[in-house]
Amino acid sequence: MNTNSNVYTVIYSTILVVIVAAVLAFAASALKPMQDENIKKETISQVLSAAAQADDSMSVGEDVMAMYAEQAVDAFYVNGKGVVGAHMNTGKENIADIKVESTSYLKSQNDIIKKIEAGQTELLESLSLPVYVINVNGQKVTVIPCYGAGLWGPIWGYIAVAEDGRTIDGAVFDHKSETPGLGAKIAEKPFYSQFKGKVFGRGERKFDVVKGGANGDESGVDAISGATITSQSLGRTINTWAKYYEPYLSTLAVAAEEAVAEEVATEETVEE
Amino acid sequence: MKDINLKETLLNPIFKGNPISVLVLGICSSLAVTVQLKGACVMALSVTIVTALSSLVVSLLRNTIPNRIRIIVQLVVVAMMVILVDQVLKAFAYPVSKTLSVYIGLIITNCIVMGRIEAFALGNKPLPSLLDGLGNGFGYGLILIVVAFFRELLGSGTLFGFRIIPESFYDLGYMNNGLMILPPMALILLGCIIWIQRAVQKDLQEK
Repeated sequence: MNTNSNVYTVIYSTILVVIVAAVLAFAASALKPMQDENIKKETISQVLSAAAQADDSMSVGEDVMAMYAEQAVDAFYVNGKGVVGAHMNTGKENIADIKVESTSYLKSQNDIIKKIEAGQTELLESLSLPVYVINVNGQKVTVIPCYGAGLWGPIWGYIAVAEDGRTIDGAVFDHKSETPGLGAKIAEKPFYSQFKGKVFGRGERKFDVVKGGANGDESGVDAISGATITSQSLGRTINTWAKYYEPYLSTLAVAAEEAVAEEVATEETVEE
Repeated sequence: MKDINLKETLLNPIFKGNPISVLVLGICSSLAVTVQLKGACVMALSVTIVTALSSLVVSLLRNTIPNRIRIIVQLVVVAMMVILVDQVLKAFAYPVSKTLSVYIGLIITNCIVMGRIEAFALGNKPLPSLLDGLGNGFGYGLILIVVAFFRELLGSGTLFGFRIIPESFYDLGYMNNGLMILPPMALILLGCIIWIQRAVQKDLQEK
């Protein structure tokens, strides 16, 4: 048989490619559930790590699913006007039912946010941003995600907000393909530990990652030297997402004030 | 068909004909993944599996491959193996697969894999080809592990993530060598390994 004829070459390559495609498709679909499980665990671990920074005594161990089921108070979606929508399963009955949103979901929301930024404000109500409420030794910490473009690929993170809806209790960031040693440092502790104690601003500027030191800036952290674009993108990302979470977060602030007022009121009645 | 010594085929690439230190192939990835032993071990294992299996498959197909598209056929086979390894790692060893990130996918560009297929598997029976692939994978892995051992020990004071250099050393003023974490130091270590090997094996020295 002439293995060098054109017909043979075409048939050979067609069959080879079909076989390889079949093998890969089979492997990809067979391993998908396990890969999704790993990604889900990672998301849960990041949500918990962000919340755990609120209290130094709490640490995130290996079994993140059980920890989440135990400590998650609630998880739900809010739209761009601060209205709470559907709830997500927090695994109280069955750990396997825990529902958290992956980065591909955050990406779809980010696309809507981009459209709103471009002027389509009617989409505000169709936003469905995930919120995770975690109980950290009695404090109710609200964890909100953010997602945006870095230098080479997407960057995302989870920010833990205290009961007043403004103070940041902790943050965790991750990235797909930022430069190792430079932009990739956003995922490392020296960078994200700066966030604790910072506050979301009240005006247009919610949060920023600033060049040249953030001393005394309560809504900014120090950028990473050598990673200007990643730092700026992260600052923009947090700022944008915080803007769309603000309607919801401000209801938290009102609720917190009312709770304090009520406490004072009851104390007064007791005194009388 | 010439007679091939199977034992020689397997063992030769591990030391005497090592793909990194003698053929100087696959340098790129050996600089990138040797910061920690764990990553280096997984990388070594992945490369071994990919070279061995793709050598085997290409050797099985060798008489049917049209000569004009043989490089593309090899590439398709290697790419399939690499994607399979990547998928399996993502399913069963997610944290490691995350630290290795793009480097698993980049095995496909590792000269050792294509080099061995082109130079050996295309002209030999399946069994010797499999052994040749395994041998070259082991040879590559050996260098990776040696380099990673020194880089992790001197750069972070740990091995497999466990602390080896005791805290009391640090109290006395010992410091981790930060340069060890960076790729240039891997190149220097690699140079040292090549130097040592050439000092031992005089026949490798060029006149």
